[in-house]
Amino acid sequence: MTASVPARRPVLLALGLLGLAACTGPDDSDPTPAPGSAASDGGGAADSSGAGSAPADAPIAVADAWVKAAESGMTAAFATLTSTADAPMRLVGARSEAAPTIQLHETASDGSGGMSMQEKEGGFEIPAGGTLVLEPGGDHIMLLDLAEPLLAGDAVEIVLLFEDGAEVPCTAQIRDFAGAQEEYASDMDGMGDMEGMGGASDGGGEHAGHEGMGR
Amino acid sequence: MSRGDHDADRRRLLRAGAIAGVGAGIGAGAGVLGAGAVRTREDALGRTAAGSAADAEAAPTALIGEETIPFHGTHQAGIATPAPAHAVFLGLDLRPETDRDAVLRMLRVLTDDAARLTAGTAPLADTEPELAAAPARLTVTVGFGPGLLQRAGREAPAWLAPLPAFAIDALRPELGDGDLMLQVGAEDPLALAHAARMLLKGLRGAATVRWRQQGFRRAHGTVRPGTTMRNLFGQVDGTANPQPGTPAFDRAVWIPEGPFAGGTSLVLRRIRMDVDTWDELDRTGREEAMGRRLADGAPLTGGGEHDAPDFAARTENGFPVIAEFSHVRRARGVDAADGGQVIFRRAYNYDVAPDPGGAEISESGLIFASYQADPRAQFLPIQERLAELDLLNQWTTPIGSAVFAIPPGAAEGEMLGQSVLE
Repeated sequence: MTASVPARRPVLLALGLLGLAACTGPDDSDPTPAPGSAASDGGGAADSSGAGSAPADAPIAVADAWVKAAESGMTAAFATLTSTADAPMRLVGARSEAAPTIQLHETASDGSGGMSMQEKEGGFEIPAGGTLVLEPGGDHIMLLDLAEPLLAGDAVEIVLLFEDGAEVPCTAQIRDFAGAQEEYASDMDGMGDMEGMGGASDGGGEHAGHEGMGR
Repeated sequence: MSRGDHDADRRRLLRAGAIAGVGAGIGAGAGVLGAGAVRTREDALGRTAAGSAADAEAAPTALIGEETIPFHGTHQAGIATPAPAHAVFLGLDLRPETDRDAVLRMLRVLTDDAARLTAGTAPLADTEPELAAAPARLTVTVGFGPGLLQRAGREAPAWLAPLPAFAIDALRPELGDGDLMLQVGAEDPLALAHAARMLLKGLRGAATVRWRQQGFRRAHGTVRPGTTMRNLFGQVDGTANPQPGTPAFDRAVWIPEGPFAGGTSLVLRRIRMDVDTWDELDRTGREEAMGRRLADGAPLTGGGEHDAPDFAARTENGFPVIAEFSHVRRARGVDAADGGQVIFRRAYNYDVAPDPGGAEISESGLIFASYQADPRAQFLPIQERLAELDLLNQWTTPIGSAVFAIPPGAAEGEMLGQSVLE
């Protein structure tokens, strides 16, 4: 898939100003909207899609979706998924133009005081009417082999894939973030850059690496 | 393991509470955080206020921490809205590599973070979301320096430039100018510190901190709302202000047309007040320097604080009651052909550590924030008169100076500065 992040930026500009929720609405289920399809509505589109609704066939509301900025390599996405289903839902994957490979990861203590993350077999279950929080230091979505730098202030479209075939698109805001630096379990394959998740974006070029600030 | 699980569960609970309802999120979060403590305190406050009939109208019905000031609107908050007890002014320089696209990305993050923080909602990527739950009337006001507009490829208003140098100035470059200005205010200093840090975390990829000026007024609830502030000279400070919500205020403050329509300008002057030599001046001398009574801010010609000074009144000996060198007379321009300018001042006191090893026991002054539609037509003539003659100059020294263009407020879904930069 050819990445088209620059071309989508005008769209993302408008979407990037959503209030609390970043989930796309029922009428915006196309994961790769044509440029202008959302921006043309300006704030109106943002308002309607900001209500946190989801496609009728996927009773999942996505809120506060965001991605850690990265120049290259890998990074992680986070969000809060709330189910209105009357049966458990299982998140089994995701896709995005931003990264050819996307995995679901869990984070666990590595037994030596650190945290390590590893792919979560079978994905994450969301109980009926329950909530799944994807957050730094916890369960999250890994984006590998980034197609392009992910710069804070832009946004990426991610489609969440569920076991029952449901697809829930959402817009994840890109933010600089110093955390989410867990080590990867040594038996992980295909993780590419093992140095940790990509350098933080600076929105324009090199800067004093705040990734390296001791914490 | 169990401890970690517990913490994770608690975080999820908090998030779930915040998600349950946009409006109710704050209250729900606070309730989960410390239900017992919050409830007890609320009751204690309520009883205390009900017990003292002196000010029944001001009886708190909710914690001040839970109160919010709308972020979205025609004008940015933090100007016409009541000045809270605490404020921090931040001047930033854009990084050399920050281009137009990076400026826009930065402002999108800034807008989103400010909208969430002022609503009492943790911004994305907030590592201390609990500190965002009680915004305490938090406001975030953003201003552009000439450098930002240049970087974004937009023409700056002609007045957007450093003020001319005045003989009274002893400006320190590290306390003035800048490409971007954040004014963050709140009734609670912890909410303020968290908000300022979160905003800066979102900005630091594109900008660096040039200066930071922290200021204060009376703590919330200390005096009746609407009381004119006092500075560290003990003076009632800001009596002549137009009242927000009046046509006079709107005319004085808001830019009527152009890309900045609905915005304003900020002249920010850090004015050092020599409280040590001020101590040497007796009360009569202090009042003559000002032209107002210290007790209530009323003009020396009598009446109350908001009564008009009688600049024609003379003493038995034939001298003006409000002296020709007095601050109020010079500021008004009574004796000048070009007098009568109106500005809106919203100042904060500062009181920081004196230079180590020095003899002085104080380093105090005023963060003088003045808003006006046109600084050259409104602020500058006043400043020129005061620089020429104002007895208060003996005890005050401007040590920092900056001018910023304040874009209008953002509607929901808009970016701050959109009308200026798009």
